[in-house]
Amino acid sequence: MKKEERKHRRPRWRKQDTELTLLALPTTIWYILFCFLPMFGVIIAFKDFKISGGFLSNVFNSPWSGWKNFEFLFKSNDAWITIRNTLGYNIIFILLGILIPVTLALMIGRLHNSRAGKVYQTMMFLPYFLSWVVVSAVIWAFLSFDKGIANQMLNQMGAESVNWYMEPQYWPYFLIFMNVWKGIGYGMVVYLATITGIDSTYYEAAVIDGASIWQQTRYITLPMMKLVIVMMFILAVGRIFYTDFGLFYQVPRDSNSLFNVTTTLDVLVYKQLKTATVGMASAAAFVQSVMGCITILFANWIVRRIDSESAMM
Amino acid sequence: MAAKSEATSGLDRYNRIGKGMNVLFHLVFILLALVCVVPILVIVSISFSSEDSIRETGYHMFPTVFSVEAYGFIIQQGTVILRAFGVSVLVTVIGTVLGVLLTASMGYVLAQPNYKLKSFLTWVVFIPMVFNGGLVSSYFINANLLGLKDTIWALILPLAVSSFNVIICKTFFRSTIPDGIVESAEIDGASQLRIFFSIIMPISLPVLATIGLFLCFGYWNDWFQSMLYINNQDLYSLQALLNNLMSNVDALARNASSMGVSYATLVASMPKETARMAVAILIVVPVAFAYPFFQRYFIAGLTVGSIKG
Repeated sequence: MKKEERKHRRPRWRKQDTELTLLALPTTIWYILFCFLPMFGVIIAFKDFKISGGFLSNVFNSPWSGWKNFEFLFKSNDAWITIRNTLGYNIIFILLGILIPVTLALMIGRLHNSRAGKVYQTMMFLPYFLSWVVVSAVIWAFLSFDKGIANQMLNQMGAESVNWYMEPQYWPYFLIFMNVWKGIGYGMVVYLATITGIDSTYYEAAVIDGASIWQQTRYITLPMMKLVIVMMFILAVGRIFYTDFGLFYQVPRDSNSLFNVTTTLDVLVYKQLKTATVGMASAAAFVQSVMGCITILFANWIVRRIDSESAMM
Repeated sequence: MAAKSEATSGLDRYNRIGKGMNVLFHLVFILLALVCVVPILVIVSISFSSEDSIRETGYHMFPTVFSVEAYGFIIQQGTVILRAFGVSVLVTVIGTVLGVLLTASMGYVLAQPNYKLKSFLTWVVFIPMVFNGGLVSSYFINANLLGLKDTIWALILPLAVSSFNVIICKTFFRSTIPDGIVESAEIDGASQLRIFFSIIMPISLPVLATIGLFLCFGYWNDWFQSMLYINNQDLYSLQALLNNLMSNVDALARNASSMGVSYATLVASMPKETARMAVAILIVVPVAFAYPFFQRYFIAGLTVGSIKG
């Protein structure tokens, strides 16, 4: 009886609906297999999980261990170093990732020769298209102890060779530099698009009123860019528990001497997974997923308060 | 940017930075552009050096002794590198086609305002943007449950769809394709599948090209999936091969027997350092020559992403 009523109230299931469902089916299956199954798989963080035999029987048969995996994780010193690195590097990356590209985007639009500007922009976009494996080979050519270009230069100046992959004190600077180097082209593209989109009549009016270029930048360009800058900032903050695995694993070539300055959550999870300490790995991955979820939702909530059009939901 | 400065009139002439400032800005950008490009030129230079000169004096910005022995070795020894090249191309092509189809079909379905399951599928696409199972459970599901370990599908399937791309597609279909086209085709009795493949796909080339490019570069540059799931060296892509060579340069001598020499002789005689960099060049060259032409589409995709989150 009730069912009948509902059927009448809502529009009927049409032939189109069946066809659209068929069309969406392959992608839906993909989502179930590669996104939703792993979401339920996080329960292995609460289990004493052994890698042997089938996955499903393992999940069901392995005993519950409560919060034990998390206790192990947070009792180890590694966890705190890792979280410090993850958040610390990300805070620096977020700040530089705004400051440098915004400055350069403001500068490149002011060049007299705009064709040269296009060439510079294209060249600076190159690192974005290189994989971290290739970048790691590039860095090796510079920093290798016996063959590297950096040590040859040091020797020419009469200084001793440095064993770069064993000396942690240099690596925070290297990693920050590499991050800026790889992302600079991307950042400029985003901010330049915003600057190009600003109506030129604002500037014409300002010039007639005698505004200097600095004043135009300060009072027209930057305020017009504010929204995009804030959005990029918040979206980056939302991903503060995630790092670029390639940067922190491939570039330092997984050197153990550099553990304290190059291990982030992603690296920790990968290394523990590879050394078969699944309990700790799954606990760390769970922490990352949950904290990531909270920060992303929080960032999205703020975005919606600023500009509801740009929010994810 | 170019269009803007060409279009502006005399007014702009009074509104320029000073000559000195202009020179300074140019110098800054020349320096930055070189910092971005020179490292790749160094790799090129190493790959064209003679192995002996590197063994004696190390890497240099410019080859001290010019030689093409690394490339000669790659051609002559071939199979390992050619195979890896083949795997990379295959994964990139299949992955891009599959990814574009999966992304566009979902985007089209979500763009239909009257579809009954629309809100359900919107959640299916949205939830993974906020929460994911993390590396460990994904790894076990893919490797053990789905049996992808040591298959080429492990390199293709996990990267095929991203919710971000689906949303770009949906926004495109919603904003640029008039409802009338779909409605009139429906009245003519066309099925949704037919509408999607013969009407929507052909008129949506700009967005499909953008997403295809992102996928294409993503697959070509991927090494992480290989590191996780591939142990069989026959399934190594170029990236995986280079990754392996960085720690174990002798791996190139794997096929020594097919060349009629023993493994030990080949390891002793082959150009290791230069061949490694030559593999890096094989990876970089297609990308470096392709991206300046496709930059426009990339910029379109990136700016959609940043502004329309």
